[in-house]
Amino acid sequence: MKKILLKSFQKIKTSFFDLVPIIAVVMFFQLAVLQQPFPNLTNVLVGLVLVVFGLMFFVEGLEIGLFPIGENLSYDLAKKGSVFWLLSFSFLLGFSTTIAEPALIAVAKEAAEVAVQFELLPPEELTSYALGLRISVAVSVGLAILIGVLRIIKGWPIYYLIIGGYVVVMVMTVFAPKEIIGIAYDAGGVTTSTITVPLVTALGVGLATVIQGRSPLTDGFGLIAFASLLPMIFVMGYGMIIFAS
Amino acid sequence: MSNFLQTLLSTFLDTLIDVTPIVVLIAFFQIVVFKKSIPNLKKVLLGVLFVIIGLALFLMGLEQALFPVGEIMATQLSAPDFISQKFVGEYAWLNYYWIYIFAFLIGFSTTIAEPSLIAVAIKANEVSGGVINKRDLRLSVAFGVGVALAVGTYRIVSGTPLYLYILVGYIVVIIQTIFAPKDIIALAYDSGGVTTSTVTVPIVAALGLGLSAVIPGRNPAIDGFGLIAFASLFPMITVLGYAQIIEIMIKFKKNKSA
Repeated sequence: MKKILLKSFQKIKTSFFDLVPIIAVVMFFQLAVLQQPFPNLTNVLVGLVLVVFGLMFFVEGLEIGLFPIGENLSYDLAKKGSVFWLLSFSFLLGFSTTIAEPALIAVAKEAAEVAVQFELLPPEELTSYALGLRISVAVSVGLAILIGVLRIIKGWPIYYLIIGGYVVVMVMTVFAPKEIIGIAYDAGGVTTSTITVPLVTALGVGLATVIQGRSPLTDGFGLIAFASLLPMIFVMGYGMIIFAS
Repeated sequence: MSNFLQTLLSTFLDTLIDVTPIVVLIAFFQIVVFKKSIPNLKKVLLGVLFVIIGLALFLMGLEQALFPVGEIMATQLSAPDFISQKFVGEYAWLNYYWIYIFAFLIGFSTTIAEPSLIAVAIKANEVSGGVINKRDLRLSVAFGVGVALAVGTYRIVSGTPLYLYILVGYIVVIIQTIFAPKDIIALAYDSGGVTTSTVTVPIVAALGLGLSAVIPGRNPAIDGFGLIAFASLFPMITVLGYAQIIEIMIKFKKNKSA
């Protein structure tokens, strides 16, 4: 019992130290730069305690829950030996976790409003445009995980694919409507949620461990990189197609 | 108190809804495709429950403690009466120096607390047999996000086009990729995507939109975006740079001892 308590205390301490920088920055700006008292100090303190415990539970859950699930899945998928199921799973994992992502819903709505504001889009098409954007981002994340997994199977070096992708992004940037560029770039960043990242990472590393001739470090990572790249291409492409017609 | 419980419950439900598609997908594959259950199912489910509870507490705490203060700060720091008037003409962008400092520090500190980065650092440490230090990786990424936000806010103030920075950034990444140790490249590319989730995005968005609303000639709808793109780009540069520095140091040590 004593051991468990000691271990929990250690974990709380680690989580707390992760938050020290934020607390320091916020306090410095509030008290020294802006010279204002904290609004609702109790709220802030209660909130911080919640954050510390939340972080602790999250990290604990990663180790005993999400990571084993990802590893186990990659092992089963590799053992089954069916590329079809492996790729279907990859696509669905990317698609299903993205389509309902709150950050994406917010960005899509924002993007639609911008488009209407600049008269690129009639106001009555706002909702359908936002939905189309969401679907195209979700499809692109699905494809991204699929391509990333295919890369692990085939052992393609990641830099050709990613750099090739960024060249496409650069070329499209020249032609895409200016109003969509910032949103397209941001869409790449918001698609990978806190639960998707550990799962996808464990899946990639697991596959690279099981498949012969792959190194978990060199080949296992990189899925997230695809998931941040492809949405940019899709959002710009979607913008170009919609606004061109 | 009942209010508190209500918020807790609704945050918990939101997180649960977020997780549902993944659970359905995995259950489908376990039952229909593999026709077997996950080993240690009880323990794993407990772990998933921990993740959901942890994330719900984490989000709720942030919403109580950090987001309101962070957003108010972002607005106050960009308020016209707070901007210094010391610099004129060519150097007028320097008047916003508190903004750049705030952007750097908030980017750095929120990234240190970013749960998905913690997850990736744990995996990278495990897979590399301890060669990749969890703390160093997180510090490199956090430094990258800090610089990214400082440069990104400068871009909003100066009104220079976003794509120029992004293009130059990617060219730097390409050059670094040629010289960096091959093992680290995939991880470095990944660190771009993991930085911008739960903690960083809301404050960054508030900063970008607030700043572009205050500065004359900026349009929040166009100039407010793009900060997240910066935050996804710069960590790649700093992580690749970190790997290069480590490599050079190892070589240097070897030469010395030889």
